[in-house]
Amino acid sequence: MQKRKERIDRGIKVRSEDIFALCSWKEMLYLSGPRLLPLIAFALLPLVLGTYWQRVLLSVAVFGLLAISWDILAQSGMVSLGQALFFGTGAYCSGVLNHYWHLPPMVTIPAAAVVGGVICTLLLLPVLRLRGIYFAMVTLIIPLMLVRIVEATKVFGGTEGLSGLTPLPSHWIELYVSLAALLGALFGFRRVMSSDYGLVLKGINDNDRSVMNAGINIYWFKAQALFLSSAVGAFAGALMTHVYMFVGMPVFALDYSILPIAAVVVGGHGSLAGAALGAFILVPLSEALRALGGLRIVFYGVFLVVFIVALPEGIFHFVTRKYHQFERWVEVEK
Amino acid sequence: MFAGTVLYALINSVILLLMAIGFNLTFGISGVSNFAYGALYIMAAFATWMLMNLVGLPYFLSAILSILFTALVGALMYRFIIMRVRGQVLSEVIATFGIGLAILEFFRYLGFVGIEYSLPVFLDHSFIIAGTYVDMQRILIVVSSVVLILLLWLFIHHTSIGLAFRGIAQDERTALTFGMDSDYIAMLSVSIGAGLAAIAATVIVPLGTISVGEGYEVLLNALAVCIIGGLGSTGGVIVASLFVGFAQRFTDTYIGSHWTMIVSLVAILLVLVIKPSGLYGKQKELEERI
Amino acid sequence: MSLTPLLRVVELSKAFGGVQAVSRISFDLPKGQLLGVIGPNGSGKTTTVNLITGFVKATSGKVFFKGRDITGLAPHKIVRLGIARTFQMVKPFYQLPAFKNMIVPLYSPRVKGLAGGKYGDRDAVALDLLEEVGFERDAQVAYKVASVLPQGYLKRLELAKAIALQPDLMILDELFSGLSLAEVASIVPIIEKLLLEGKTIIMIEHRLKELFRIAHRVVVLNYGRMIADGPAKEVMENEEVKKAYLGSEE
Repeated sequence: MQKRKERIDRGIKVRSEDIFALCSWKEMLYLSGPRLLPLIAFALLPLVLGTYWQRVLLSVAVFGLLAISWDILAQSGMVSLGQALFFGTGAYCSGVLNHYWHLPPMVTIPAAAVVGGVICTLLLLPVLRLRGIYFAMVTLIIPLMLVRIVEATKVFGGTEGLSGLTPLPSHWIELYVSLAALLGALFGFRRVMSSDYGLVLKGINDNDRSVMNAGINIYWFKAQALFLSSAVGAFAGALMTHVYMFVGMPVFALDYSILPIAAVVVGGHGSLAGAALGAFILVPLSEALRALGGLRIVFYGVFLVVFIVALPEGIFHFVTRKYHQFERWVEVEK
Repeated sequence: MFAGTVLYALINSVILLLMAIGFNLTFGISGVSNFAYGALYIMAAFATWMLMNLVGLPYFLSAILSILFTALVGALMYRFIIMRVRGQVLSEVIATFGIGLAILEFFRYLGFVGIEYSLPVFLDHSFIIAGTYVDMQRILIVVSSVVLILLLWLFIHHTSIGLAFRGIAQDERTALTFGMDSDYIAMLSVSIGAGLAAIAATVIVPLGTISVGEGYEVLLNALAVCIIGGLGSTGGVIVASLFVGFAQRFTDTYIGSHWTMIVSLVAILLVLVIKPSGLYGKQKELEERI
Repeated sequence: MSLTPLLRVVELSKAFGGVQAVSRISFDLPKGQLLGVIGPNGSGKTTTVNLITGFVKATSGKVFFKGRDITGLAPHKIVRLGIARTFQMVKPFYQLPAFKNMIVPLYSPRVKGLAGGKYGDRDAVALDLLEEVGFERDAQVAYKVASVLPQGYLKRLELAKAIALQPDLMILDELFSGLSLAEVASIVPIIEKLLLEGKTIIMIEHRLKELFRIAHRVVVLNYGRMIADGPAKEVMENEEVKKAYLGSEE
């Protein structure tokens, strides 16, 4: 007798559908649990961790933001190999505003997010019309080019960068602001992507001709998605500038481009929560492996490959599936 | 000085061409992404070095063995990893890049960094051409490039396997209906591409030392040349390597070495924005732009 | 009776490299007419539509819509002026339910005044539109995911997407292809209703019998040129048309 695997929704999932969720506390918890978990976790973690791991948590927030930024673009049909561009632009914007005009972080960070977003969008505007792979290559190349230009023209501090920038009032604020930003971006953009507007963006990814055929200017929408994504990335960069009190060529490093992609691969593409989850897993993992020295990156590469091949849907989707459904073997009906 | 610069620019172009040939075969002609290309290049160099210095084999034998070894690694890489993500370009890129990353950094971790890691030149001799010194190794590079390009061109356009390579890139389903085992062909393509990288390494690396960082540069250069020339076009790759080679050399001599990379990168950007399918690319008008 | 024709095509031509896909096509289309466009495969029918709707740039010639020169405008702009087209190969968003597929056209600036903009209102409009094209409401067909719907429903979905844009001119590219006779028979009344509502329609078809029942006028293309233009019966008597479709006698 042959068997096949059958997947069925869990009882509690069906019971908590629509208004029936208000039936009992169990159902409400089932629905709200996954959403409250990160909120509570991020609120409490900083209090229990030591200073070193708090820094790691900050990194998680920053890379989480970059990963979310990447996924927004990917869901709109643009694959970027250069999140470092957004990060670096935001970092330099806030650094410059702070260094030359002495504006406080409270002002430079939001300003850098917006201005950085605008600059990146304008830079990438000419390539919006091209097929995905060309867009990806350009995003890969521009940060590499900017690094060399900074090095050659010695602008904005050249190889030494700008240092001695204003820090944020306290390291608690640093941490909670970045975590709040991560959660805000996560829930906020999830809302956006599941609305009709998000549907249009995803439609552009799926079948852009069809969307254009509906009278929608896809380039305008793509530009909007690009702006949102780059603003988030720039925000992350601006934040880090004030945490490190320094900005220089390293902000365009390949790390900032690769890790977000790795985070989305591991966590799961297509849902911003997956991106954040991926960052939450990878960054501490990367720190823990620091002891291995150079071997760390080797492990990285292997890890990436294993995930892409073995669990392409990512951890988040896997966990979600298990949460909502269970599997069992049934006999194949004749 | 001008004649010297032109000469070295020509040689630089040929070096770039040699680096790009294998990549063009796999990515441009067969449509399979192999971003571990640079890593395979360096791996071949190290393999030769190890065979020579740790096992004590003569130079020629080591070189040939490492070329075969690299080709084998390429085939295995395809069979066990790339094949599973076939068709999703981003996944292919990430997976192969991950492998490449692992390989390169593994070598760096093992400490394979330093001046003693170098391969011997073929023949230690120099000529004077047009008033500048040109060493034998560079001449060898030019000769082997020309030979390889010719062989490649013949292979792609005049053999049935070459045709199969092009077929699976254009439309895999149709190729399948013609009885072409697209996985086998793709594997061959990756394998041969890797072998070509190894050949390039054997000939070029003796010019300096084996450096892990060069692995990334090789990938970038190969990518640049293939994009500018147009993915899949052998003629385009030749022209592009001339273009980039000259641009790099002249920038280096007359403007400053800092700007060399910038010029290459700007060249790529310009091509991508103006004519994305490259100088001789074969993309159809509707496919290029949305 | 000198009304400006709704659509006026003048000497429209397109060459792809060495191939002349469309060669000096001209016709006027008055409001309220159903024009059939027929011709053997490769005769340039879809290319002509692509030229009119802006998806392909013409090599030469002009297109006027409501008196205005729309040659070379971007497709989304042309849609906003009032032309809607369907594609020969239907490609819906497969993982979404049918009515969610309608959200994108309903989001179009062309139908701004339609339903607030709040999430949920568009759903209601989508369901209504789908019911009009034959998605049975009580069977809740509109809620089914597009990947499980048969071709007949997918074609109707495509039609509904075009109707949602409230166009003045509809261009339907091989709507009947891949449908059974019964399915075609059920779609024809929908098209007739659209005509009654005042829409102008161009239909590219291979199913001649079904097309001739409803088309007022037919234009025949062959190798990119227009070889006949007139009422269906007349056009089919044309020698050149017969040769194009049936091949030479000998």
